[in-house]
Amino acid sequence: MDKFVYDVVVIGAGGAGLRAAIEARLAGKRVAIISKSLFGKAHTVMAEGGAAAAMGNVNSNDNWMVHFRDTMRGGKFLNNFRMAELHAKESPDRIWELETYGALFDRTKDGRISQRNFGGHEYPRLAHVGDRTGLELIRTLQQKIVSLQQEDKAEYGDYEARIRVFAECTITELFVTEGRISGAFGYFRESGDFVLFETPAVVLATGGVGKSYKVTSNSWEYTGDGHALALRAGAKLINMEFLQFHPTGMVWPPSVKGILVTESVRGDGGVLKNTEGKRFMFNYVPDVFRKQYAETEAEADRWYTDPDNNRRPPELLPRDEVARAINSEVKAGRGTKAGGVYLDIASRLPAEQIRKRLPSMYHQFKELADVDITSAPMEVGPTCHYVMGGIEVDPDSAAAAVEGLFAAGECSGGMHGSNRLGGNSLSDLLVFGKRAGEHAASYVDALPARPKVAASDVDSATQAALAPLERKDGDNPYALQHELQEIMGDLVGIIRREGELAAAIKKLGELRARVAAVSATGGRRYNPGWHLALDLRNMLIVSECTAIAALEREESRGGHTREDFPKMEPKWRKVNLVCGMGPNGEVTLEHQPVPTMRDDLLNLFDKSELAKYLTDEELPA
Amino acid sequence: MSKRKFRIWRGDATGGELKNYQVEVNEGEVVLDVIHRLQATEEPDLACRWNCKAGKCGSCSMEINGMPRLSCMTRMSTFEETETVTVTPLRTFPVIRDLVTDVSFNYEKAREMPAFAPPVGLKPGEYRMQQMDVERSQEFRKCIECFLCQNTCHVVRDHEENKKEFAGPRYFIRAAELDMHPLDAKTDRKELAQQQQGLGFCNITKCCTEVCPEHIKITDNAIIPMKERVVDRRYDPLVMLGRKILRRDQIAPLASTEPAVHAGPVVVDETKAPVDFGRELLPPMGAAVNAKGKVDLNEMLSDRSAAASPFGDDVQFPVDPTALNYYHPDKL
Ligand SMILES: Cc1cc2nc3c(=O)[nH]c(=O)nc-3n(C[C@H](O)[C@H](O)[C@H](O)COP(=O)(O)OP(=O)(O)OC[C@H]3O[C@@H](n4cnc5c(N)ncnc54)[C@H](O)[C@@H]3O)c2cc1C
Ligand code: SF4
Ligand code: SF4
Ligand code: FES
Repeated sequence: MDKFVYDVVVIGAGGAGLRAAIEARLAGKRVAIISKSLFGKAHTVMAEGGAAAAMGNVNSNDNWMVHFRDTMRGGKFLNNFRMAELHAKESPDRIWELETYGALFDRTKDGRISQRNFGGHEYPRLAHVGDRTGLELIRTLQQKIVSLQQEDKAEYGDYEARIRVFAECTITELFVTEGRISGAFGYFRESGDFVLFETPAVVLATGGVGKSYKVTSNSWEYTGDGHALALRAGAKLINMEFLQFHPTGMVWPPSVKGILVTESVRGDGGVLKNTEGKRFMFNYVPDVFRKQYAETEAEADRWYTDPDNNRRPPELLPRDEVARAINSEVKAGRGTKAGGVYLDIASRLPAEQIRKRLPSMYHQFKELADVDITSAPMEVGPTCHYVMGGIEVDPDSAAAAVEGLFAAGECSGGMHGSNRLGGNSLSDLLVFGKRAGEHAASYVDALPARPKVAASDVDSATQAALAPLERKDGDNPYALQHELQEIMGDLVGIIRREGELAAAIKKLGELRARVAAVSATGGRRYNPGWHLALDLRNMLIVSECTAIAALEREESRGGHTREDFPKMEPKWRKVNLVCGMGPNGEVTLEHQPVPTMRDDLLNLFDKSELAKYLTDEELPA
Repeated sequence: MSKRKFRIWRGDATGGELKNYQVEVNEGEVVLDVIHRLQATEEPDLACRWNCKAGKCGSCSMEINGMPRLSCMTRMSTFEETETVTVTPLRTFPVIRDLVTDVSFNYEKAREMPAFAPPVGLKPGEYRMQQMDVERSQEFRKCIECFLCQNTCHVVRDHEENKKEFAGPRYFIRAAELDMHPLDAKTDRKELAQQQQGLGFCNITKCCTEVCPEHIKITDNAIIPMKERVVDRRYDPLVMLGRKILRRDQIAPLASTEPAVHAGPVVVDETKAPVDFGRELLPPMGAAVNAKGKVDLNEMLSDRSAAASPFGDDVQFPVDPTALNYYHPDKL
C-alpha cells in the first residue's frame, strides 16, 4: 500500500477544494488534492450561469448588504447569518482575485466584469462567461495550481514538492485518533491499489448528494461521500431535509432527463408556458414576494430594459417557487407528454442573440435533443440539483465538530439556509474554500504533535473496501442504486407527505442490510461496479438523513415542501435539524436553535418584511 | 426500442479484443447510455469515464466507428438501424482498461506551459479589458480538455517518439490564448511555442479542428496566427501553404502525405551513415529583421543585394555535409 505524508489533505478538486488547496499552499503547507475523477472534471465544471458577487459593476446600487438580504430571503431566514454575511462581503474580492490568476469574464462597456440577472438577486450580480462560468472557474483554479507547481519546480526542482494532485483516487475512510483527524484512506481507481494519507488536517470539498435521485443534474460523483465521511468521523450534518430541485431540467429525450437548462435562459428573457400557451408564473407569486414581482406581462417585459422602474418577471422567482409551480401545472394536466412545460426563448430574442448569449444551451439542445432553441421552445421540468444541507461548520473557520476536519463548498451546510440562490454556490466555493484552506493551515501550525493513524483502523478500512469483491451472493450494486433512487425520487421528492416519508424510512432501513452485503464482480483495476458498491453505503446514510429530517420538519420552507403542512411556520425557523451517527451506525436527529442574527444585520430589513419570517418575540422593537 | 449490434474493445495494457454485444436502444439515446446499460446488465465492470453527460466536462472521449468523439454527445440516431457500432479507446494514449486510457501526457504538457503572468502594478479589481479583446482568448478557454484533438493529431498518433517534443493542439491554443490575453505580461509566447512546444511539427492538416466538440477553430484562429507571427522572424513554408490552401484535401497534392516536418531526432545505423546523425543541429537562424520585426525589402537599406536568405544570412553555400544530419536515401 502506498503511504504519503502531508500537512493538509484536500478531498475534492472542485472550486472549493482547489481554492482551499491554493490557500493552504500559500500558507506554506504541503498539500495533497484528491479527486474521484480527472483533474479539472469536477462538478464545478458544469455550472453555467455565473458567480454572484456584489461588485456593483452593472448597477451601482448593489453592495454586500443588498446581497446579504437577498441570500437570507432566498434561504427563508434559516441561513447561518454569519456565513451569509461573510459570503456577501468577501465574494467580490474572491472574483477579482481570479482575474489575477488569468480568468477572462465577460466585460461591461467600460471594461469591468459584466454581471447578469438571476433568480432571487435584486440587481444584476452574476459574474459570468457566456453560459460556461463553472468551466472558467475550475480551469482558472487548475491553472493557478499549475503555476504554483511551476514555482515549486523552480525552487525545489520538483513540480510536486508542495502540492500534488491525486486524480482518480477515492477516499473511503477518515481516521480519527484521540478525537483528532490523523489520516485518510482510499483506493486508486486505475489500479485498485489502496493508499494511506497521514495528515493532521483534512478539508472536505466533495460536493453534493444528487445521485440518490432518479432525475438529477448531478453526475456519478455525487454520492454524498464527504457527508458520510464526516458523519462516520463524528461530525454533524445540518439542514439535510433541504434539497434544491432546479425548475428547468431537460425532460426529453428520456436519456437526458435531468440535464440542466440554465436559469440564464429566463434571466435573458425566456418565459414559461403551459400546453395551453399561457404564461402561468403570474399565478404562483407567493405573498412574501408580491411586492417585488410584476403583475402583468407588460410590466414584466419592460423590466428587461428598465429594471429601475419596473418589477421583475415572476419567471425569476427563487427556484423552489418555480419548481413547485411547474409541478402543479403538470399535475393539473397542462404539461407536455414527457411531464414538462415549455420554456420559450425563440419568440423573445432574435436567433443571432440567442446563439451568442446562450451558446452552450443552443449546442446542448441541438446535439442532445435535436431541437433548435432559436426556433422552437424547450421542454423542461424539475430536476434534483443541489443539497443545501451539509456538514455543520464554524462560519469563520469552516471547521467541523472533529478537530482537524474542515469542510467547504456544497458538502458544507448552513450558508444557504433552506434554499440556495443561483450563483451563490460558485462564490460560496471561493469564499469558504479560501477560509477552510487558511484555517486548516493555521490549525496544523498550532498543533503540538501529529496524531498517529492506528494500524487496526487501516486494516479494517482495507477489509471493508475489499469485502464487496469477495462476496459472491449479494445484490448487484446497480440494481441497489436503482432501488435507492426510486425510493428517494418517489417518496422523498419535491412534494412530501408524512405517510410516504415514513414508508421511505422503512424501505431505506430494509436496504441497509442488502447494501452491507452487496457484491461486485471483476477485479480491482478500474472496476466501476466495485466503485459503486463502495459508494452505496454513503448514498444510503445520507438519504436516511434527508428522509428522517424531512419527516420531522412539519412545515414547508425553501427546498422542503410538505403537502400536509403547506405553510411556513415562524416557530420552525428557529430550529435546525442536526443529524449525527449513533454507535451502531444509525442516524440520530436533534433540534438545535438557529443562531440569532445581530441587530445591525436585522436592521438591514424592513420590519414588515421580517414579520413574515420571524415570531413576534424575535422582531426588533 | 430495438436491439442494436455493438463491438466494444475489452482489455488492458497487456492486450484485448473487440467483443460483440446486442443491446437495447431507446429513442433519443446516445452511445454513453448504451454503455451504461451494458454496465447495469451484462458487464458491471466495463470501464469508461464520464461525468456530466452533457458535453461539458470532456471525460467521455472514445473512438466510435473510428471517429474520435464524446460518447455522451453521439446520438444513436446518427447510425443506421442495422449498423454495428464499434467503440474503442483513444488510440494515442496507453490503455488502462477497456475504454479508459492514461491521459497523463496532457497534464504533463500543461505543466510545462508557462502560466499567466499578471500585469505588474494592477491590483485585483483594477483589471480593465474590452469585450472585443477578451473574446479571442475566450474562444480557446471554451476547451473542455477532452483531448480528442491531441488524440487525433498525426504528429503523436502512432508516433510515440514525438511526444517528448510536441505539446499538441490543446496546448497551442493555450499558448495562443495567453498570447492574445490583453493583460498577460509575458511577451514571448509565440517563440516559446515554436522552441519548446514543437509548433514546427504541425503541418496544418486541421484534423484537430475537425474533431473539436467545442468547435474551436484550433488551426485557423490559434496555430496559423501563432506561426505567422513567429515567421516575422523565422521562415516556415507551411504557413504560406496553410494560408493559401486551407482544406486538407487541397493541401494533399502539394504536401507529401507523410507527416512532413517531423524534425525529431533521426536514428540510423552509425556504420552506414556518411555523416554524423547523432549530432544535435543548431536550428537555422532566422533572417535578419528590422526594428519592426520585418525583413528589409528595400535594397538601399540592406547591407546586401536581393532579399535576405530564408535560411538566415549566416549560412554559406554549398553547406559542409559533415555539419548536416540529412540522410541521403541512396546511401541506405
Ligand atoms: C448543471 C449544474 C449547473 C450549476 N450551475 C451553477 C451556477 O450557475 N452557479 C452556481 O453558483 N452554482 C451552480 N451549480 C452548483 C455548483 O456548481 C456546485 O454546487 C459546486 O460546483 C460544487 O462545488 P464543490 O467544490 O463543492 O464540489 P465539486 O465541484 O462537485 O467537486 C467535488 C469533488 O470532490 C471529489 N470527491 C467526491 N467524493 C470523493 C471521495 N470520496 N474521494 C475523493 N474525492 C472525492 C470529486 O471527485 C470532485 O473533484 C450548478 C450545478 C450543476 C450540477
Ligand atoms: S493541424 Fe497541426 S496540431 Fe492540428 S492535427 Fe494537424 S498537425 Fe496536429
Ligand atoms: S481544443 Fe477542443 S478537442 Fe482539443 S481538448 Fe479542447 S475541447 Fe477537446
Ligand atoms: S460526460 Fe462530460 S463530456 Fe461526455
